[in-house]
Amino acid sequence: MSAHLIRGGRLVDPSQGLDEELDLLLEDGVVARLGAGLEPPPGAAVTDARGLVVTPGLIDVHVHLREPGHEYKETVESGLMAAAAGGFTAVACMPNTEPVNDNRSVTEHVLRQAARHPYARVHPIGAISKGQKGEELAEFGEMVAAGVVAVSDDGWPVKNAHLMRRALEYARHFDLTVIQHAEDLELTGDGVMHEGEWSTRLGLPGIPGAAEDVMVARDLLLAELTGGRYHVAHLSTGHSLELVREARRRGVRVSCEVTPHHLLLSDRAVAEQSFSSHTKMKPPLRSQHDVEALLAGLADGTVDAIASDHAPHHPDEKDVQFSAAPFGIVGLETTVSLCLDRLVHGGVIPLPRLIELLSTGPARVLGLPGGSLAPGQVADVTLLDLERRITVDPTTFRSKGRNTPFAGWTLRGAPAATFLAGRPVTLP
Amino acid sequence: MSEPTWRRKDLLGIAPLSAEEITLVLDTAESFLEIAERPIKKVPTLRGKSVLNLFFEASTRTRSSFELAEKRLSADSLNFSSGSSALVKGESLIDTARNLQAMAPDLLVVRHQHPGVPHLLAERVEAGVINAGDGAHEHPTQALLDALTIRRHKGRIAGLKVAIVGDVAHSRVVRSNVHLLAKLGASVTVAGPRTMMPVAADSLGVTVCYDLEEALEGADVVMMLRAQLERHRRALFPSVRDYFRLFGLSRARLARAQEDVIVMHPGPMNRGVEIASEVADGPGSVILEQVANGVAVRMAVLYLLAAAQGGGE
Amino acid sequence: MTKAARSQHLRVQRTVLDAGGVARAIDDMAEALLEEEPAGDGLMLIGIRTRGLPLAERLAAAIARRSGVTPPIGALDITLYRDDLSTIGPQPVVRGTDLPGPIDGRVVVLCDDVLYTGRTVRAALDELADYGRPRAVRLAVLVDRGHRELPVQPDVVGLRLDTTPEQVVEVAFADVDGSDAVRLLARAGEEEEA
Repeated sequence: MSAHLIRGGRLVDPSQGLDEELDLLLEDGVVARLGAGLEPPPGAAVTDARGLVVTPGLIDVHVHLREPGHEYKETVESGLMAAAAGGFTAVACMPNTEPVNDNRSVTEHVLRQAARHPYARVHPIGAISKGQKGEELAEFGEMVAAGVVAVSDDGWPVKNAHLMRRALEYARHFDLTVIQHAEDLELTGDGVMHEGEWSTRLGLPGIPGAAEDVMVARDLLLAELTGGRYHVAHLSTGHSLELVREARRRGVRVSCEVTPHHLLLSDRAVAEQSFSSHTKMKPPLRSQHDVEALLAGLADGTVDAIASDHAPHHPDEKDVQFSAAPFGIVGLETTVSLCLDRLVHGGVIPLPRLIELLSTGPARVLGLPGGSLAPGQVADVTLLDLERRITVDPTTFRSKGRNTPFAGWTLRGAPAATFLAGRPVTLP
Repeated sequence: MSEPTWRRKDLLGIAPLSAEEITLVLDTAESFLEIAERPIKKVPTLRGKSVLNLFFEASTRTRSSFELAEKRLSADSLNFSSGSSALVKGESLIDTARNLQAMAPDLLVVRHQHPGVPHLLAERVEAGVINAGDGAHEHPTQALLDALTIRRHKGRIAGLKVAIVGDVAHSRVVRSNVHLLAKLGASVTVAGPRTMMPVAADSLGVTVCYDLEEALEGADVVMMLRAQLERHRRALFPSVRDYFRLFGLSRARLARAQEDVIVMHPGPMNRGVEIASEVADGPGSVILEQVANGVAVRMAVLYLLAAAQGGGE
Repeated sequence: MTKAARSQHLRVQRTVLDAGGVARAIDDMAEALLEEEPAGDGLMLIGIRTRGLPLAERLAAAIARRSGVTPPIGALDITLYRDDLSTIGPQPVVRGTDLPGPIDGRVVVLCDDVLYTGRTVRAALDELADYGRPRAVRLAVLVDRGHRELPVQPDVVGLRLDTTPEQVVEVAFADVDGSDAVRLLARAGEEEEA
């Protein structure tokens, strides 16, 4: 029997509507009790959390751990260390590895690696189609048996509407959420940034917002048709958000996530950072108008989760001209500080709403354990220091990826510690 | 009033320049025009300086113009073009930059098919970098030579009505010209097919129109852009014939412009596509003067950047 | 305060020539020049920009008064021929060279306000050579302040002035500066001239 008392912190748990100073007792991997002035049981360890915020463990539902196949970019080990360093107790990892996670053996490999490096939980996401080729459905049943929590062809959209329909239908057998990387590749063409004022000024080929919107619109109709659970990955436009809002009113089972970079940067950043490849990702940084719509979506409840779309690349791949660089940036070690500084201290949303977006919401969207500190729930806990000031320094990242547009940003608020199944996580 | 000075290490675009800096380049270029009329068309100004011309994308004209400018200033110039072994495919741009830096050049002239490459090189090398065209982004020396040509004909830029016609979306010439003309007070109309107009063209501070005759109305200057129909794998225009029907500049259409209108083209021209021969060879055409002015403008830019490297006391 | 004094924290130590002195010096230079070279015979005055040009104009006027012949005047911008491009910092504006005609076979009188190291004259000679082959080149300066770094000597001098390298000789011409004068300047705080 193990016990750990976290004492004196401000406990914020949106799942129970709590925001007050409470002690939290963790026992045998689950939440045992919440209360004021709890005494530690004999032999229990005690953490003094005065001045800190105690929340259900944060969950990032969209990361790329790159293993197997691209271990030079990231491994399960380095990715999980990055997650813990960034305040996360669980991540859901995308299947676009090599080989693709479209079968039981890849899922099991990822989970085996995760078990060897228990800095955070890993929830693998399986592919929708075999090889992510968009032709035949992958074996959802086999993958679910091995531990997959959702399906997605992330990195590639499911272009074939018929296949998408069948995926939504078939996934219902397992109550799986189908996650779509919504992008019409024909509309994207050779685009490398958002099509708008800044692509016009910079002469870079543009990716119109409509490339995302047309696919979200189609998928919502298919979700309605099938009754399937549909989740929009890295939603980036005001129009897509409005489509989600409207579909939800009609009763469509839809959820969506947005990334910190789409909330905090607009396409202007490509010019401001002088064509830096760290401003190149998919979907691209959108217009200021879209940014404002997404921020409104956080406040009004339309957005279910904030996810980093952590996409590490090797420095050699990113240290090239804009057009030649791969899409994507890392996010596990910047998300929490960016959100605390710009969203909470910045007055966009209150702290409990942020915790909902980073923990309770993600758990609900994918049906994951956690997201709550109610007694009996898994004892995954994150401690946050709202006042600590940090400067983003990619050279200190645990991730192998250094590709971030936020280097040098000074931010107020940072993760202080995580607990996994009742035990404090320590990094080597 | 203090004398205008040039302090920039690089010339990456027109967008960052002030009106005073642009005017300084033009005034300097005016002085250089005279050198082409001397018996010995060469001055020793850049003796001992080395200039590398890096053309990742083929461009005989711009490269020759820079080369002539370099030779007239007595610089040692070295050419690397996409075919040459120094710019092998597969080597990263950063490695190329490191290699070039090891040669300790004073100036790099860079042409690349993608926007931002000169900017990346400028960050990584000590040499001054001149953007000789980066994708559809900027082509600052072209805009400067266009401005010099206009100024020599009209005596001013401010208050002129300039129409720029053609494939606006894919033209670096448009972007540099629009920035320059706006900074010097001209009013610019861009015209072209809707399929070749960037979505936010009006954010460039220009009037956008989709009708050639409307754009030509009262114009003091008409700049035609090269229509590179063959280059577009994505359907932007159905045929050359349709293009000329809608956007080809004929003498009859040009009659809508001012009587003393000048017609410009950055070259190479597609006769019968964007411009009729009767206009290209007509009285208002200043296309060949643009070429001559190009050498003077490039001499001015090379001189100003090389001199700025002195750094002073 | 004079222009040079404002820009370089200099102060005027003394006025070496006043307006009358400058006029007399230019007259004397014209006379000396005419003794050497007849005005009508291919004489051409070329002022080195910037203050060599007003000197050339004044000399031409003085020559015209004495001989009845006004020699042609030109301007030479030696910026592109300087040997210190990399050390001068914010570069001078190139104003261009403007010669009144071919120089082949002519007697060219290079005019400059102050002769100091001789480097400007070296550059001017190089530039002239690119324009042609004059029969002869003479050098006329209003002030020779010494401290030569090259073997260059003037043919006609308005005033020889002992200076220290720290001092600045400032020449003002009525046409461009409002009044004629030659002044000796020193950095503020330095000792008075010995």
